[in-house]
Amino acid sequence: MIQKLGFGNRVGVDWALMEFLGRFAFAEWLEGLGRITVLARDAFVSFCRLKVSWKDLLYQIYFIGIKSQSVVLVTGAFTGMVLAAQTDFQFHKVKMDTATLAVVSVSMCSELGPVLTALMVAGRVGAAIAAELGTMRVTEQIDALRTLATHPVDYLVVPRVVASNIALPLLTVESMCIGIGASYVVGVYLLGIEPAYAWWNMLKYSGDADVMIGLIKSMVYGGIISLIGCYKGLTCNVGAQGVGRATTEAVVYASITILVANFFLTMTLEQVCVILGL
Amino acid sequence: MIEVRGLTKSFGSQKILDQVSFQIDHGESVVIIGRSGGGKSVLLKHLIGLLQPDAGQVIIDGENIVAMDERHLLRVRRKFGMVFQGAALFDSMTVAENVAFGLRRHEHLTEGETAKRVAKTLELVDLPGIEHKNPAELSGGMRKRVGLARAIIYEPQIVLYDEPTTGLDPIVSDSIDKLIMRVRDHLQATSVVVTHDMRSARRVGNHVMMLHDRRIYANCTPEALFDSPDPVIRQFVDGVADPEGTQF
Repeated sequence: MIQKLGFGNRVGVDWALMEFLGRFAFAEWLEGLGRITVLARDAFVSFCRLKVSWKDLLYQIYFIGIKSQSVVLVTGAFTGMVLAAQTDFQFHKVKMDTATLAVVSVSMCSELGPVLTALMVAGRVGAAIAAELGTMRVTEQIDALRTLATHPVDYLVVPRVVASNIALPLLTVESMCIGIGASYVVGVYLLGIEPAYAWWNMLKYSGDADVMIGLIKSMVYGGIISLIGCYKGLTCNVGAQGVGRATTEAVVYASITILVANFFLTMTLEQVCVILGL
Repeated sequence: MIEVRGLTKSFGSQKILDQVSFQIDHGESVVIIGRSGGGKSVLLKHLIGLLQPDAGQVIIDGENIVAMDERHLLRVRRKFGMVFQGAALFDSMTVAENVAFGLRRHEHLTEGETAKRVAKTLELVDLPGIEHKNPAELSGGMRKRVGLARAIIYEPQIVLYDEPTTGLDPIVSDSIDKLIMRVRDHLQATSVVVTHDMRSARRVGNHVMMLHDRRIYANCTPEALFDSPDPVIRQFVDGVADPEGTQF
């Protein structure tokens, strides 16, 4: 292909360069994916062997769950509010105001609640995990752990992954509730929607399946955030620049992975719900 | 016993160690000297399996640790204690938590017993009563002593020291040297000390290995090394940048 384009001319050189960079980037991406998979397997094996430090697990649940309250509450509330307002602006034109809360509820439970919570936690927790582990790596603290006959996956990765998988669903439920509550306030008290019909429609069109989809998604996102954060921290380059880069990459890669995974999860879980008749 | 056979290690295109072989018997105190960037710390990290060689074997009490995976290595590492160049204390923990780390992970002691062992070990390194301080509150010399206390609290058979006196003033360096000798005598442990401090090398080692040009250039007693007429050894021992100016 390169020869067909003419390697000697400018276009050919650009193509060759792009192909080389493409292959290099793809190989690097594939290698990273493989390493994260191995890390996930090691963490799972370690968890099954009960090698986890319970004290550290509790601290991580506190750090990921309790300390993320404010950011999740604000995000959930304002997302619910703006979604209610925007939906009502459109539905008002076709006299469907009372369906507003139903749309907000389904969206908050199956899509916006889990995704926005995960993105906010990725920014706060994913960055913190990568920075903490990265600093430990460059100051030889991870080597020190290994010399003290402690596996870094047992001591550092497992508590963070397990805590994320526990905290994310709880934060997501909180986000769903606050979002729906805030949308009710905006819809009923600000936009004048009839409360009884709005509430009745919401209960009619939102089901257990929507909540289940949201919770399954949030567990997957919890794993994605913590594993990418741990991987980036444990493999960061030496120096302040290395830690900074690992932190940024942890947030960016986790956010992109969440958004991509969300599409496939939505399609898969909807199919599962149809098959199970939920 | 530690045995290294044909150890070779490169980082990228740069070869750091080339066919390095030696043996350290139980209870020996060996000092590894050599120029900065010469591969001393890299060699030390291979002894405890923190780095994987490109070729060669590291045999600890008859077991080749190069062939082991990380989980099996943990069992062998319980024989070791290691003091890092920058101490590598866990900055999210207090001094007591740092020192007790190995005990809490591997020995089932009560909190009272653990606290007693921590206090006793801190006393051994001349730092009694600092259990509740944070690593950030300690000086460089104190951090290294705490690092040493953490490494020896579970009484390992082999203690590795990575440049224990680098960056310290001569008085603190002297106290660290005395501490290394005290720990060696107290635990009857094998000591491997990486340093380019010649005064320290003469005091703490009963055997000295000099790493030069990616290989073990000299392997002898401190007296033989310091009396050697070899120009490469003399240049290092006398600390002369220009060999032409060396006076024999």
